[in-house]
Amino acid sequence: MKAPWSPTARQRHQAGQGSWWSGLPGVVYLIALVFLPLVIIFIYSFLSRAKLGVGVKWEFSLTPYTELLYSESLSGGRSFDPTYLQIIANSFWYAIITSAVCLVLSIPIALWLATRPPERRTALVFAVTIPFWTSLLIRTYSFIIILNDNGPINGLLKGIGIIDEPIAMLYTPFATVVGLVYTFLPFMILPIYASAERFDFRLAEAAYDLGAAKWTVLRRVVLPSIRPGIIAGMVLVFIPALGSYLAPELLGGGKTSMIANVIAAQFGASRNWPFGAALSVLLLVITLLVLITFAVVAKRASRAAGRGGWEALI
Amino acid sequence: MDASAPALSVRDVTKTFQTPEGGQIHALDSVSLDIADGSFMVLLGPSGCGKTTLLRCIAGLESPDSGRIDLRGQRIDDMPVWRRRVNTVFQSYALFPHMTVAQNIAFGLQMDKVPGDIIKRKVNESLDMVHLSGLGSRKPSQLSGGQQQRVALARALAKEPEVLLLDEPLSALDLKLRRGMQSELKRLQRETSITFVLVTHDQDEAMAMGDQVAVFNTGRIVQVGEPRGVYLRPCSRFVADFIGEANVLTGALDTYGLVIESVGFVPRDRLVPDTQAALGQVHVAVRPENVSLQIDPVGSAKVTDVSYVGGDMRVEALAATASIVSRVPSQGVQPPRIGDLVSVSFTEGSLTVVAD
Repeated sequence: MKAPWSPTARQRHQAGQGSWWSGLPGVVYLIALVFLPLVIIFIYSFLSRAKLGVGVKWEFSLTPYTELLYSESLSGGRSFDPTYLQIIANSFWYAIITSAVCLVLSIPIALWLATRPPERRTALVFAVTIPFWTSLLIRTYSFIIILNDNGPINGLLKGIGIIDEPIAMLYTPFATVVGLVYTFLPFMILPIYASAERFDFRLAEAAYDLGAAKWTVLRRVVLPSIRPGIIAGMVLVFIPALGSYLAPELLGGGKTSMIANVIAAQFGASRNWPFGAALSVLLLVITLLVLITFAVVAKRASRAAGRGGWEALI
Repeated sequence: MDASAPALSVRDVTKTFQTPEGGQIHALDSVSLDIADGSFMVLLGPSGCGKTTLLRCIAGLESPDSGRIDLRGQRIDDMPVWRRRVNTVFQSYALFPHMTVAQNIAFGLQMDKVPGDIIKRKVNESLDMVHLSGLGSRKPSQLSGGQQQRVALARALAKEPEVLLLDEPLSALDLKLRRGMQSELKRLQRETSITFVLVTHDQDEAMAMGDQVAVFNTGRIVQVGEPRGVYLRPCSRFVADFIGEANVLTGALDTYGLVIESVGFVPRDRLVPDTQAALGQVHVAVRPENVSLQIDPVGSAKVTDVSYVGGDMRVEALAATASIVSRVPSQGVQPPRIGDLVSVSFTEGSLTVVAD
């Protein structure tokens, strides 16, 4: 008697599953361009500074990490130095302000986009991506022209007689924030728009019908529904903003250093590669912690959603 | 306040929409309607006839271009949606997906700043009322379509509105569930004595549920009345065709009766009593159950089709140019065969003169 037909592993393979070979380029890419560089940075951060400052000396050392908190005086004594903590705090502060401003600007923009007629919507969303057509460097430079003492903003304000002396905007924390918000705004708008586009606006009608006024509809029905977009946008803005380099470098005028500027300086002018590597590892750890926090907050928020102040009916 | 005043009064409401091509659609063309307190009004019509637009104007989700709407003597058409004491059961149910069933029902009560313990009681009462006790902690996505429908109903009723608006609430349910929900809605309406206004395109549903039916066509109300009255005495060819099956025949009316083309003379008593139509050429509508086709070797019509619908026998015959349908109980009747000649007669008081 013939044995009943049983599928081989190959035959059991389902349509649409894709073989593991298709994942190979991705795996190679991740190992070569993400994992290996991280390993190198991690190793460098535990080595000593090279004689001339370029490269590293292959000798184990914890100095790069102690340098984060302590500075060594010429006499060899160690004292607590909050400079780098201050810079990390600064970076956080800028990233928080940037995310908050982007969020406040993006929600109305995204909702407006999502409520346009579909045929116009595509063009408008396309318009949001226009900044990506030019290099970030050039766009950031252009803000030097816009914000400087003789730039169009000061010119306009002077022209209509609001000010006599130009307002110093360039090379201030304000300019840094303007540059950061400008850089990251599309990364907030697009995910929120993607959520808002899927939002069933009949739910807003139902909320109005049940007696909710505008702000309540926004807070209790619209915002909870677009929360995935908001969380994605916050991650996409906060994390790169935390490690951003160009805006503080070009617009902040070195007065508003963020952690990336300090890292760049260690590999450049300061010639301290191990310390730069240690700062990079620190930034990486901070980023991971922030991501975990976002994930936890998102989970908790989804559990609490809809309760709206009036607790536990069940 | 006058006790007999209508709960809801709609006066000359007009609403025009722009089409994307630049044209205009008269969704509502000077519509007026009074809805009695505690009654069940059904707005019936084909899709695109304006019935849903009227419902949305009452709810406040659309604002009319002109006209006025009064709720218990108070003008509401210029009032924001959230202030109107009307609530809607949406066709899509529109349950908030991020809230539980209980939170959905509580939402409207919270908007009214009802104290928490009363909300809790009312939510439970509403759930009992629609037979969903114990499902309060579920998310809408965990419920069947019929259950979601009940939640939408409970959510709107929990607010004890002056008028409950229902926008094709049963269209997404399968036939059996729909029948169940029809009697359920009737029961809820009787028990709560809230005025219900239901929009539907299903004439059976309208007949089964409404105390009053308003028939819409192309932005106008063409006839309002009790379902049976509208069925038996349609005012126009459109109403006759739209509600149930109807034979619409052309004839010449005189003082003695009616001469129908290709059927012959029909005595005056076959017409609806007190017919006021002008003499001359008229259109008359008659329901198939009021038509009888008798086998007659010298009959004027020829049978073209015989079928059985439930316990009824449905016979179609062709009389010269007009096709005539008869529907009679099949028991104890000698069924005609296709090709038989038949004579046509009508039940007394069954022919209605209709506008073309």
